[in-house]
Amino acid sequence: MNSNREELRIGFYVCHCGHNIAATVDCAEVARYVGTLPHVALSREYKYMCSDPGQELIQQDIREHKLNRVVVASCSPLLHEHTFRGATEAGGLNPFYFHMVNIREHNSWVHTDRKEATEKAKALAQAAIERVAHHKALEVKRVKIHADVLVVGGGIAGIHAAMTMANAGKKVYLVEREPTIGGHMAKFDKTFPTLDCAACILTPKMSEVGNHPNITLWTYSEVTKVDGYVGNYKVTVKHKPRYIVEDACVGCMECIDACVYKTPKFEDEFNEGLGKRKPVFIPFPQATPQVVIIDPETCLNLKTGKCKKTCVEACADRMAIDFTQKETFDEIEVGTMIVATGFKTFDAKRVPAYGYGIYPNVYTALEVERLVNASGPTGGEVITRDGRHPKSIGIIHCVGSRDKKTNVWCSRVCCMYSMKLALLLKEHTGAEIYNFYIDIRTPGKGYEEFYNKLLDEGVHFIRGRVGEVTDWAMTPEEEGKLTIRVEDTLAGYVRRIPVDMVVLATGLEPQQDAQDVRRLFNLSCGGEGWFLERHPKLAPVSTFTDGIFIAGGCQGPRDIPDTVAQAGAAAAECLALIDKGYVEQEPNTAFVLAEECSGCKSCIPLCPYTAITFDESSKVAVINEALCKGCGTCVASCPSGSIVQNLFEDDEVFSEIKGVLAYD
Amino acid sequence: MSKPKLGIYWCASCGGCEETVVDLAEDILGVVEKVDIVLWPVAMDFKYEDLRAMEDKSIFATLLNGAIRSTEQEEMAHLLRRKSQYLIAYGSCAVTGGIPGLANQFPREQILKYVYEETPSTVNEKKTRPQLKFVESGREVHLPELWNVVRSLDQVVDVDFYVPGCPPTPNITREAVNALLSGKLPPKGSVLCPDKALCDECARKDSKPTNVAFVEFKRPHQQLLDPTKCFLAQGVVCMGPATRSGCGAQCTSGNMPCTGCFGGTSRVRDQGAKILSSLCANIEAKDEAGINKALEGIPDPVGTFYRYGLAKSLLRRRVNLPA
Amino acid sequence: MTKEWKPRIVAFFCNWCTYTAADLAGVSRLKYASNVRVIRLMCSGRVDPQFILEALTRGADGVLIGGCHPFDCHYVEGNYKMLRRYQLLKRLLADMGIEDQRVRLEWISAAEGEKVKRVINEMTQQIQALGPLGFPSKVADWDREMTELEHHVTAAAAGGCACGESEMAAAKPEVAHV
Repeated sequence: MNSNREELRIGFYVCHCGHNIAATVDCAEVARYVGTLPHVALSREYKYMCSDPGQELIQQDIREHKLNRVVVASCSPLLHEHTFRGATEAGGLNPFYFHMVNIREHNSWVHTDRKEATEKAKALAQAAIERVAHHKALEVKRVKIHADVLVVGGGIAGIHAAMTMANAGKKVYLVEREPTIGGHMAKFDKTFPTLDCAACILTPKMSEVGNHPNITLWTYSEVTKVDGYVGNYKVTVKHKPRYIVEDACVGCMECIDACVYKTPKFEDEFNEGLGKRKPVFIPFPQATPQVVIIDPETCLNLKTGKCKKTCVEACADRMAIDFTQKETFDEIEVGTMIVATGFKTFDAKRVPAYGYGIYPNVYTALEVERLVNASGPTGGEVITRDGRHPKSIGIIHCVGSRDKKTNVWCSRVCCMYSMKLALLLKEHTGAEIYNFYIDIRTPGKGYEEFYNKLLDEGVHFIRGRVGEVTDWAMTPEEEGKLTIRVEDTLAGYVRRIPVDMVVLATGLEPQQDAQDVRRLFNLSCGGEGWFLERHPKLAPVSTFTDGIFIAGGCQGPRDIPDTVAQAGAAAAECLALIDKGYVEQEPNTAFVLAEECSGCKSCIPLCPYTAITFDESSKVAVINEALCKGCGTCVASCPSGSIVQNLFEDDEVFSEIKGVLAYD
Repeated sequence: MSKPKLGIYWCASCGGCEETVVDLAEDILGVVEKVDIVLWPVAMDFKYEDLRAMEDKSIFATLLNGAIRSTEQEEMAHLLRRKSQYLIAYGSCAVTGGIPGLANQFPREQILKYVYEETPSTVNEKKTRPQLKFVESGREVHLPELWNVVRSLDQVVDVDFYVPGCPPTPNITREAVNALLSGKLPPKGSVLCPDKALCDECARKDSKPTNVAFVEFKRPHQQLLDPTKCFLAQGVVCMGPATRSGCGAQCTSGNMPCTGCFGGTSRVRDQGAKILSSLCANIEAKDEAGINKALEGIPDPVGTFYRYGLAKSLLRRRVNLPA
Repeated sequence: MTKEWKPRIVAFFCNWCTYTAADLAGVSRLKYASNVRVIRLMCSGRVDPQFILEALTRGADGVLIGGCHPFDCHYVEGNYKMLRRYQLLKRLLADMGIEDQRVRLEWISAAEGEKVKRVINEMTQQIQALGPLGFPSKVADWDREMTELEHHVTAAAAGGCACGESEMAAAKPEVAHV
């Protein structure tokens, strides 16, 4: 141990964090107590240790008092360990001679009894004092960053992030699991509050992505495996068979015309099932890439093998149709990744009282987006499933949002898109529009103004959560209509409002497979299933896995401006890493004591990164430091104690145990 | 110049350690030539009075085998500590409590009751128990008292060196004696045997694959053992990876897995915890039911992992037993 | 010790899930019992059973291990390794007379600040009900059987070897065998 050579001189600092700590923990008492412990050369309390003067204090003390170890008791190490290691280093010590005690998140904020909190702070501080004596000088390893980037998800977030980085000269892989990029935004008619046409602003970006020399666009593809670590990820991408040779297809769509099915017969996913398509189809006219796809579930040839294959004839010598196509895989190397896998909309059937799936004239908002769209299934004519032109329409807000029975969160976009749809429906039909809302939330640029405009246009707003939608008429004017029963909480009575059409403003939810995606990329999820950012304010697009960033609806409900801003932020984070060229890695890797290892091989299969191998010449285990991620599982499992983890050595942990229990 | 005096003493032990001294075979003559054996109750007649009469530190070294679990043993440990320059814990029982240490799982009364009344071969209708003292022909005779707790030697007195093994193998014994006589001694408190685990010298080492995913554990009697293949690769618990080498891997050469008598390495605080950690981590199953299924093959973890080391392990003794 | 006994629990939390969850509990200002002292490790896979035993023998009344949920380990499978050790360790501890509730393994994700609170409160209550494990004082109790004899031998030897002999024989039981 280092202390054999030089006398151990520990500097201890307890931070008040304003009142955050000092209100619950008697900082003076903690400083006094720690000052009595062996090897503590000085013990201080200070208002804000993380401030410049606080850090300067550490540096000055290291120099003046010849400190060789530093302990700070303040907030979580996940927040400021880096800061104080920096201060320790600036004072002339190796940064790893520092240790941090969490007396805010784990103490002052969660306890109320001042005496108990102070005792706990003393125990935790004593553990750190015991531990830091065992600390060793360590070197931070630099790992080179591979300059290529992977973007997962081709919605507006993925598109924007990919474009930003490609324009900066980086090679970008964009992987989208649907046959086209565009995501939810491609389905929208207009965007609030400016009412510019979604397609008009999106499709140019889509084709730019498709044609960008720096972007490799893989649609109908999925990431199946992620290995490696920041700067050096190995990613496997699966390409699902679309039975079309993408490079050969020119997007002429003659095969679609030639299909043995003369008329479109199958539910059209892009149009939310409101339209029909053939087994060979293109999701929508501006789909990117402009390549058709054959659906094996409905294609006669793929299902039965018995078909005249008129499509193949039509394709002729372009020979783009290939019924033998199988899944293929690509393995790529990238340094950073952006996960922008988006959201799904709430399944309105989960609120049966609103009649979705029961009454044909109950629609989801996304269906109405297609219905009012000029290139939608009806060419923009608002005509209900039972063939009527609605004279009155009710829009129910917060379906699957702000509801303890379904999702508690506010989906953020529904108020605005409901009002947008109200306006569009009014324009298209001239109908009376009723909005049923709990609160109107318009916290965006120009949003409140948009709301005011709707009020001026004579759109009705009724405040109250809708009780039910029913076809049971109680009065003659309710006959043949859907009646919305609601307590008007402003008027103070229950109302029944008969309408021809009901639109459910469904909320946003995490993708069905968000958990799988999360595991694949080693992300964390909040309780609701949205991907968790590293810090909600200070690292909003970072994740707990270095080099992987998140953007858009996969992190939580957000509108297009926020999504684009976030995508730009994620792109900037990637660019920052790439242009720096390297990352510094926490030196918490493990190593084998080659002289002591017996070569029992117990550790080898335990490493999830295959960082441990058996050296056949020396007959001992060897850890490849570059592959080790520092979990310490092998260390805990080495039966002869012959593996050491830097920063978490056995003696460091044992001394911490001793320390927390020493203070009674 | 007089020869250095050597003492050999036994406490709670089986006598196997004494055998090892004899097993030095012709080498014993070499030892005898170089030393004066002043105490060796198993082989020669010595009286305690003679020992008490000796000057403090007049014995150069005493090899003490056996755990300490009675008043007599404890008294002798103190006495020998006083009389010896070097006190060596010799054999697993003295080093870590050994097999007798397993008694730390039971209350003293249960042990006495079983031994004096309940073993299948016991006939003791009057349920007679040994008395601490009784009068015979007008003389009061005393018997030692059994302690509640079995202890390693160093839990009772200060120990200079440790020679582990059940029993310590002749080569380890020879090297220890040579080290003592030559004065080339490691720091006080050292264990006089290699600090690498047994696999290092096990002939089966190469036969262990790099991925042993345990689906079940078997005990040696439950299957025919392949004489060349690593026991762990056969699903048989072997303490080798967590046990010091130096014995020449005699058990594994004799087609029996290592049971851990040499104790853990210097880097380990609890041999049993360590082998548990290593074996369990390598189980294949990921769900509780599957894991427990595999672990059915280890019905007695204490007896398996602490066969020789319970008394000196971190937990030492069943915590809810009477003091 | 005149102080009133309070359970002391040592916790080993993995950096990525449970430690972060405890941070979240703090940020959310949840209130829970102050009996737990958290030691941060990178992964529950790093929890060496020795750490658990060491904590118990140094005076902890309970040990709490927190890791990521199954499938969620930041290091892929470290949590399974801990689970496997825990399954056997529980049996071993039971054989050594240590109650089940004293050593607990919990999966707590980074989002479950509420669960940190619940588990800590629950465990504190359970251990409060069990009473102290008090390993160090138990060892002191066990060792009391030796103290008397040690004093005697020391006194006898100090009094001089030759004359100490008879004194000792009278005071202490004579050796029966050999």
